[in-house]
Amino acid sequence: MTAPSVANGTTPTFAPTPWRERAEEALIPPLVALLVALICGDLLILSYGQSPAAVYRMLLEGTWGNAYGFGQVLYKATTLAFTGLAVSFGLRAGLFNIGGESQLAAGGFAAALTGLVLPVATPLVVALLLCMVAAGCAGGIVGAVPAYLKTRFGAHEVIVTIMLNFIVLALLNWFIAGHLHVPETLHTPEIHAGILPRLADMNPRFHGSAANLALVVAIIVAAAVWFYLFRARGGYELRAVGLQPEAAEYGGINVGRVWMKALTFSGVIAGMGGVNYVLGYKHYYEDGFASGAGFLGIAVALVGRNHPFGVLLAAFFFATLSQGGLAIHAFVPKQMMDVLQGVVIIAVATSVPEVRRVLRSARRRSDA
Amino acid sequence: MIRIAIPYLFAASGGVLAERSGIVSLTLEGFMLGGAFAAVVGTYYSGSPWIGVLSGMIGGVMFALIHAITTIRYRADQVVVGVAINLLAIGVTRFFLKLFFASSSNSPRVTGFGGNIKAGGFDNPLLWLGLMVAPAVAFVIYRTPFGLRVRAAGEHPQAAESVGVNVKRVRYLAVAISGILAGLGGVYLALDQHQFTDQMTAGRGFIAISAVIFGRWNPIRAALACLLFAAAETLQIQLQGSHAIPSQFIEMIPYLLVIIALAGVVGRAVPPAALGKAEE
Repeated sequence: MTAPSVANGTTPTFAPTPWRERAEEALIPPLVALLVALICGDLLILSYGQSPAAVYRMLLEGTWGNAYGFGQVLYKATTLAFTGLAVSFGLRAGLFNIGGESQLAAGGFAAALTGLVLPVATPLVVALLLCMVAAGCAGGIVGAVPAYLKTRFGAHEVIVTIMLNFIVLALLNWFIAGHLHVPETLHTPEIHAGILPRLADMNPRFHGSAANLALVVAIIVAAAVWFYLFRARGGYELRAVGLQPEAAEYGGINVGRVWMKALTFSGVIAGMGGVNYVLGYKHYYEDGFASGAGFLGIAVALVGRNHPFGVLLAAFFFATLSQGGLAIHAFVPKQMMDVLQGVVIIAVATSVPEVRRVLRSARRRSDA
Repeated sequence: MIRIAIPYLFAASGGVLAERSGIVSLTLEGFMLGGAFAAVVGTYYSGSPWIGVLSGMIGGVMFALIHAITTIRYRADQVVVGVAINLLAIGVTRFFLKLFFASSSNSPRVTGFGGNIKAGGFDNPLLWLGLMVAPAVAFVIYRTPFGLRVRAAGEHPQAAESVGVNVKRVRYLAVAISGILAGLGGVYLALDQHQFTDQMTAGRGFIAISAVIFGRWNPIRAALACLLFAAAETLQIQLQGSHAIPSQFIEMIPYLLVIIALAGVVGRAVPPAALGKAEE
């Protein structure tokens, strides 16, 4: 999102923005947001008659301060990394995928279904790969629908993905409630093929936390997204379309195809996130397991400034907030974190254009 | 069926107004939730549902102002802020539900309007207000100078500016009114159920925005869409237990219709030209 500025009557410049300016524009908004969130957090804590410093200390101790808490943060960050990467991949092409919630759920559902169908004796690696491919495909199918409607009919992807969330979640609910559930619950039977090892299996200090090898998959996906976006021709085309579709079209890029690819793969990435819960934690699909992780992916992509590694960091940050809510719940209700998440998103969304404007006008003055 | 339609009618009318001025209304859900919660708080502490109506309107407009200031003054992305407003509304209502009523699921019971079983809900003044709001918004949009400015701001803001319309002020007003109206939708919901429950709007704001799009940004057609969706919901309640059609499929109807409308199968849905674009 660092297009050379042609607004405000300045001479268009096609030289790449120097890295220092890019870094400033990328890093200042999240820091501003953090500050705003801290202040809002103070107010909320004070409204409960508690001391902010003590509560923040408790939050840090409960998340990064012990292996279990840290493991839980890593577990929650894994799902958010997938949904955040999915949103940022779409945004790089200028498309807003708000369907992460249903793509994640569809992916988890497909992974569970595959795990149930496979014989127990399937070699672990084969079973894992098949489950992940199934998850990715399911997410990709959900992502391909808005992509097709956008390229074929020009239907706005924001509305279509939101509406699809409701449709797909209702469909999955129908499958589970009507056909596949264990009596008295809303989840599938437990699967035995294709279970991801947990970190606790390798290091007993993580005992009890749900962190599992899906984390490694998330990091690999982030690296792959980075390579594709910044080192491959397809990624170059994708970013060109995101910056200026008309110019990209004129430059010989098939914009419709790039849109198809961007939204479909955005869905694939979100769908793969489903394995974290299904294969790594519960070993079954449960109705409503996504519980907002898809929507939070938008926040993660935004705070991570649409850069794969920024997204990983942002996922870690939001996971800390959510786990931290549990750590302080005895003193301040964990719902405080729901408020802070909203505050962070609004603060980043607001300060991104503002910071860019202020920095650029300051630079113009120093140039003159 | 009318009782189900009222919250949609309020919220969709507000949505039409805001979107016609060029501001994306994915926030209706959050405005409604804020309105519902504020209404219950107001009614609980005053004992009067009328104070509840007032505080509910304030609740809706407060979230609307956050949306307006960030997207109009600071030109933040309307979709991103919209999603955040909905998350924020869930968070804020949950937090204060805990603070005021020490509960994570619902508030204590509050008084509402009417309550005469025989009247079937028609003794509730909010119901009558809800039935009038769509024609009123239609009148404002098509028959008043303010409505003309709203449409100009949504279709061609530069042209509007050039003839002296203050586009930003028009948009502020439109979003604020949409906050009040959607807030009233939440008020109706909360007072009808005599309490606030966590996430009680349950996607109704999105049904309302579906009605706006399906009604092609026309208040009367949007109101008809609200009635259609409410009829589908009534049907679903009546069919419950008969298993003729799974309820999940009836739930999908509004959303499927919107996608079909956007794909242009039956008459293309074309949004206001400057929808979602920030004004310099």
